[in-house]
Amino acid sequence: MSVRRLAKDQPESFAFNKKSEDEIKFWLAKYPEEKKASAVIPMLWIAQKQEGWVCEPAIREIADRLEMPYIRVYEVATFYTMFNLAPVGEHLIQVCGTTPCMLRGSDELISVCKNRIGKQHEISEDGKFTWVEVECMGACANAPMIQLANKDGDHYIEDLDAESFEKLLDDLAAGKKVKYGPQSERNASEPHGTKVLTDESLYDGSRAKPVTLPNTGKSEKAEG
Amino acid sequence: MSDDLRKIVVDGEEVEVPNSFTLLQAAEAAGREIPRFCYHERLSVAGNCRMCLVELVGAPKPAASCAMQVRDMRGGPNGEPPAMNTLSPMVKKAREGVMEFLLINHPLDCPICDQGGECDLQDQSLVYGRTGSRFPENKRAVEDKEMGPIIKTEMTRCIQCTRCVRFVTEVAGVPEIGMIGRGEDAEITTYLENAVTSELSGNVIDLCPVGALTSKPYAFNARPWELKKTETVDVMDAVGSNIRVDARGGAVLRILPRVHEGVNEEWISDKTRYAWEGLGKRRLDKPYVRENGKLRAASWSEALDVAVKRLSGDASKIGMIAGDLCSAEEMKAAKDLADALGIASIDCRQDGAKLGTGPRQEYLFNATIAGIEEADAILIVGANPRVEAAIVNARIRKTWLHNDTKVGVIGEPVDLTYEYEHVGTGAKDLAGLKKKRSGFIKTLKDAKRPLILVGAGALAREDGAQVLRAAGDLAAAVGAVSEDWNGFSVLHTAASRVAGLDLGFVPGEGGQDVAGMQSGGMETIVLMGADELDISKFGDAFVIYVGSHGDAGAHRADLVLPGAAWTEQDGLFANTEGRVQLAFRSVFPKGEAKENWAIFRALSERVGKTLPYDNLTQLRLKLFEDVPVLGGIDHAPGAEGAAEFDAKSIGADGDVADAAFTPAVRNFYFTNPVARASKTLAECAALKDAPAAVAAE
Repeated sequence: MSVRRLAKDQPESFAFNKKSEDEIKFWLAKYPEEKKASAVIPMLWIAQKQEGWVCEPAIREIADRLEMPYIRVYEVATFYTMFNLAPVGEHLIQVCGTTPCMLRGSDELISVCKNRIGKQHEISEDGKFTWVEVECMGACANAPMIQLANKDGDHYIEDLDAESFEKLLDDLAAGKKVKYGPQSERNASEPHGTKVLTDESLYDGSRAKPVTLPNTGKSEKAEG
Repeated sequence: MSDDLRKIVVDGEEVEVPNSFTLLQAAEAAGREIPRFCYHERLSVAGNCRMCLVELVGAPKPAASCAMQVRDMRGGPNGEPPAMNTLSPMVKKAREGVMEFLLINHPLDCPICDQGGECDLQDQSLVYGRTGSRFPENKRAVEDKEMGPIIKTEMTRCIQCTRCVRFVTEVAGVPEIGMIGRGEDAEITTYLENAVTSELSGNVIDLCPVGALTSKPYAFNARPWELKKTETVDVMDAVGSNIRVDARGGAVLRILPRVHEGVNEEWISDKTRYAWEGLGKRRLDKPYVRENGKLRAASWSEALDVAVKRLSGDASKIGMIAGDLCSAEEMKAAKDLADALGIASIDCRQDGAKLGTGPRQEYLFNATIAGIEEADAILIVGANPRVEAAIVNARIRKTWLHNDTKVGVIGEPVDLTYEYEHVGTGAKDLAGLKKKRSGFIKTLKDAKRPLILVGAGALAREDGAQVLRAAGDLAAAVGAVSEDWNGFSVLHTAASRVAGLDLGFVPGEGGQDVAGMQSGGMETIVLMGADELDISKFGDAFVIYVGSHGDAGAHRADLVLPGAAWTEQDGLFANTEGRVQLAFRSVFPKGEAKENWAIFRALSERVGKTLPYDNLTQLRLKLFEDVPVLGGIDHAPGAEGAAEFDAKSIGADGDVADAAFTPAVRNFYFTNPVARASKTLAECAALKDAPAAVAAE
């Protein structure tokens, strides 16, 4: 973590688009009128989804709409590190660097980022990428992993190594569609490599033993 | 919430305290001192500095005593009262630990820090801290923030107590300071480093427990132990804030608030705080006589002779006008001289307010400033209390915030830092209000203790007396005056006004008021520090200016008699409540300047009408004899005269004009010659006019 400041170059103005307005309506409906300041985080998020980052005019716009002092919205925007206070590339790559991912090789991913994209928080030369190191995103079973944020939404991309990560970046740079989730052959977070629980007899009922039900004295075969 | 008493044991000693007390208050009730940084009696509880940890008997961990209430304590297993320790080894260790953590990132720059010598962190680390630190790592550094001409920042020193954030949000009502970032990177700043726009912003300097926010104009000027401290009162507005004037040698170096629950609690406005800068500039330090259109320095003897010659003329063509900063004594001396000479044209209302013809409650803030908190509906008539009396405005905001008091305004719809109903703009709206059936009149009528606050702006107009009557009628109609409550309140803007009216410093029989004196025909005008009137209207009258500052009056004057400023002489001031307070001399008058009452005493001797007092004590005795109300030091009459309140006795009958009310004060920072001479206040005023010019990059 580091000191977070608003970007030096700010746009003149900010306005929510139609899609954002619909979302704002949805979120504002959740809170009573006099407590509408509760919608500040969703509003900031909507602004970020629209522009890719939270600009200073957006902070003022949100404060005006929620009848909050500017400084209060500014506090929230700087507190939460998932709000980007400066423009980001087309694809924002958030690399998990917490212990489980680090043990499984997130260092490699980070060095790929450094070589290919450049410094953290900065936009790559081609304007396609920005990367940041983040804390645990809760997908430790599929470590190491990244979260990819772009126009498509936010997606986890897991089970990476330097090679598959490079390829992923190539594909993204080329505008190809990429596979989300684990990049290895496994499904979701099933055990890696050795297949377990594959014996057919586990599932056909043949291994079920007759049980004696209480009070009946009879032995019945449980229905498979 | 019940507020029953509860027995608790503090360090083995049993005390009974209300349930709603915090542990910190309970400990204080038991005579224990609890160190604290973030906790402040007049702000909300934050509980983030952890310095006030105490041991709860039976609890595994220490608790923050500022944030826990007595009602939440648990007693012993056999029904014993709950117990806490504030002196146990656990508490000692906890305090040492907190202190060590606070000092991890606090620079050891006390020798170059302006807070040095009066720093909470310094004092408490001495008493409660460890000898050394076990953290050899580099300290964090934080960029300094711009907060305007008043607040100097050194943010590396900040310990994130958030007192400043809570003050501007809660008390000042201008939420502009906040804490951005998080954890180690948390920083206190204003939005985009704009200047704080509050009239009370200087108070964050006093609140800051460390040297993060210090006074910019006072930077590197002096150490607290070098200063001579004088406890006195302020004259920048009619509130009479209690202040402490710190001086070294002949110069006033700073002004700090003193606690007075009835007046200013412990806040002062920025004008009060930085008027001292004007005390060293544009001073009149010797007598001047105008010769061939130019002022020439003269001796006292020569100057007095010139004045005597003038004052010996036709008394009906001589006028005296007392300014806003005059003490009661100098007005008394001037009035006695005028009476002796037969001068009837005297006036202490240089703004032209139509006041002073009725009983004393006609022109007092009868509800009292502390009484604002008891009001449940407030109607502000023709005033902008935010600039006319920032401290009073803070009280109104306080009661609006905590007691749900309803506020209505007749006058300009300005930002008062609280919500109000805009009832109307002019005198007609005031006069018509009592005939209405719905709207704010209903709020006032339903209220138990309504308060009608009449501003000086509503009275300083042609129909001022009629406006006053209309306000009095309204007060009577809504039941604002009852046995123990007098809600009819006039908010003055000048420190001298109430004492002046008490003294009867108003035109005598056949005398002219200020407007009359300005309409021509006068031969000699004596201005006692009066600069807030149209000086050009005195025509070719001979103007004698008695005062301390070279402002508008002195520029026009034909004779200047240099006087003392309020920090340079002892004096009595009655604030807008009618509370008489003593101001004391902090430094001596500049150069050859004399105490103002003595100037009139000297004049009286030379014209052969020697006033019957040779020193200030004798003058005061005479003053108290003639005007007994001025003898009740620190006494605000409040509702004392409520039983005799008669709306018919105040103001004058008649129709009010259509014109909208205009506030008495337009520019908060420039209301008197001392404030106008202050560089810091000039910067503040410039910021207010063009805030964009100083906006952060």
